[in-house]
Amino acid sequence: MTWFQKWRRGEGAQGLFLISPTLAFTLLLLAVPLVMVIVLSFWTQDYLTLHRTFSLENYRTAWTEPMYQYLMARSLKISMLVTAMTVLLAYPVAYFISFRVSPKRKAMWIFLITIPFWTSYLMRIFLWKVILGYNGVVNGSLMGLGVIEQPLSFILYNQNAVVLTLAHAWVPFAILPIFVALERVDRSLIEAAEDLGDTKWRRFLRVTLPLSMPGVIAATIIVFIPTIGDYVTPRLVGGPNGLMIANMIELQFKKANDAPLGAALAISAMIIVTCVALIFIWLNKKYIREAK
Amino acid sequence: MTQPIIQLSGLDKFYGNFQALSQVDLDIKTGEFFSLLGPSGCGKTTLLRSIAGFETPSAGSLYIDGQSMDGVPANKRPTNMVFQSYAIFPHMSVAENVAYGLKARKLPKAEIKTRVTDAIAMVGLQGFGERASHGLSGGQRQRVALARALVLKPRVLLLDEPLSALDKKLREQMQSELRQLQRAVGITFVLVTHDQEEALTMSDRIAVMFDGTIAQVATPQDLYGQPCSRRVANFIGMMNFLDAKILSTSGETVDVDVQSFGKLTLPLGQATGGLEGCDAVGVRPEMLTILTGSQTAEREIEAVVSEVFYYGDMTYYDVRLPFKEESVTITMRNTAGRSILGVGEKARVGWSASSLLLLK
Ligand SMILES: Nc1ncnc2c1ncn2[C@@H]1O[C@H](COP(=O)(O)OP(=O)(O)O)[C@@H](O)[C@H]1O
Ligand SMILES: [Mg+2]
Repeated sequence: MTWFQKWRRGEGAQGLFLISPTLAFTLLLLAVPLVMVIVLSFWTQDYLTLHRTFSLENYRTAWTEPMYQYLMARSLKISMLVTAMTVLLAYPVAYFISFRVSPKRKAMWIFLITIPFWTSYLMRIFLWKVILGYNGVVNGSLMGLGVIEQPLSFILYNQNAVVLTLAHAWVPFAILPIFVALERVDRSLIEAAEDLGDTKWRRFLRVTLPLSMPGVIAATIIVFIPTIGDYVTPRLVGGPNGLMIANMIELQFKKANDAPLGAALAISAMIIVTCVALIFIWLNKKYIREAK
Repeated sequence: MTQPIIQLSGLDKFYGNFQALSQVDLDIKTGEFFSLLGPSGCGKTTLLRSIAGFETPSAGSLYIDGQSMDGVPANKRPTNMVFQSYAIFPHMSVAENVAYGLKARKLPKAEIKTRVTDAIAMVGLQGFGERASHGLSGGQRQRVALARALVLKPRVLLLDEPLSALDKKLREQMQSELRQLQRAVGITFVLVTHDQEEALTMSDRIAVMFDGTIAQVATPQDLYGQPCSRRVANFIGMMNFLDAKILSTSGETVDVDVQSFGKLTLPLGQATGGLEGCDAVGVRPEMLTILTGSQTAEREIEAVVSEVFYYGDMTYYDVRLPFKEESVTITMRNTAGRSILGVGEKARVGWSASSLLLLK
């Protein structure tokens, strides 16, 4: 038997064959573009001509120019707000399904939570525009009731609208990991806490919440990472003050004709997201280790 | 007599249409080691959890220490529980687990510390306080659960099959430790078990349960010596049954016709569960003897050995008595010079009327 035949029968090779379609896909659609973006970020562009000499100029601009710093900070702030809001909204729902719904009905409730996904994300954003708009549902009702005389303007085309729309979109994704973590909390531990004298609220704080933290952290990561790079939502409901870093990256690639700067901005955003994610993963590990 | 620590009367518990407890009446005395014994599914855990406050009885009353427990939640009852799974908090150290209830009571830090240290020492876990609770062995987890409950000085400690998860050797060791611990702290223990040996060796009194009802409450000796029914007798140790017919009763005695043994007159006291419905006599295997040589007994009967089980210190014989289908078991101690009979050999079986119980 040649080494190749031996290798082909090994576990490693079989694993490789099994993941090979995914692997090819990932390489083609993720790794290759990523490498291209990284390379691009070290080049410079002058209107239409691309200078292929190594330069850190784009990164200098990305990290020092106040506008980019400001946009980056705003993106971080918005996605942190979205994450906080999402997790706060998701936890009670997950808790309700795990603790209050009878075991037979749980699957149905989880299914109900996926209903928003039946319509496209774009549709849901437009719906929010209808709800929050100048002549929208909220303003219309409030004016009709005589609560306000002028339509409220702080509810659409600003950061609040971005936070609200994104949080609504991501809540289902946050519910699932929290639900799974809550399902894994041994119910006899909660009874033990009650037996030892804790009230309902105290035993939630001392037992249920700490033991469900891995789910909360997972939900945080799941929501935080994609929202920081979102550009559809800010474009449609954010108005001029609601734009985020991804909108700027788009601008650089298209209208501004400075793809290398756009690439450098994208890579910078990625580095920041990675750092934040690593902190969460570290936190998660700590919890998982303690919770074992 | 002092008031019982736990008084149950007419307790019913329904799960939907299924009745898990029916008309349970029970008094548990202050300071005793009490066991609830019965086969799996008979309602022991349901009864224990009703006392702890985790189940609400469908009917009946429950008093602990003279106080009605109606509407009193588990966290307000003077009981603490050692769960079957031990329910050790995985995100806390041993000391934090033990301190849990004291913190819930918002005691001063210094007091918590000394009480936790004492409790950990009491269960023999000195030096384990800072250990994370995962990675503890089954025996250690159980000790943590005991310390966590006992540190609160409850009026009653409830234990749900605390030893069933341990291997045989550790279980026997923990049995004697639990018994000693109970004597040392003087707290009433209510132990749930399906292991009759465990109940017999540890308890002051035992309640035997079947199908959600209490069949008999007695001391271990009374339970073994005077079971009130065939079912109880069969559950506690081994018992041979012979069909019996009551012929007549007169004052303090009863005349019965017993399969193989013939007509007998027995004192009424040997009908431990009352005369009504009695249709058998029971006799424990060690109350029968296989006579050798010139040995004689109060009464004798001829039998044939049908099976022999040799255990070293003991021999179990299955023998055939005249006029009886099923064989009867006799246990004999293998004392010096006693020869072991073979299958098919004739045996003289000695018995006495005083060791027979009239049962329903
Ligand atoms: N929450 C419940 N819902 C429905 N039936 C139950 C519930 N808990 C216990 N039972 C039933 O009640 C009976 C007694 O249960 P349990 O008290 O746990 O018995 P044991 O502890 O003696 O094994 C069993 O038949 C069990 O299936
Ligand atoms: Mg049980």
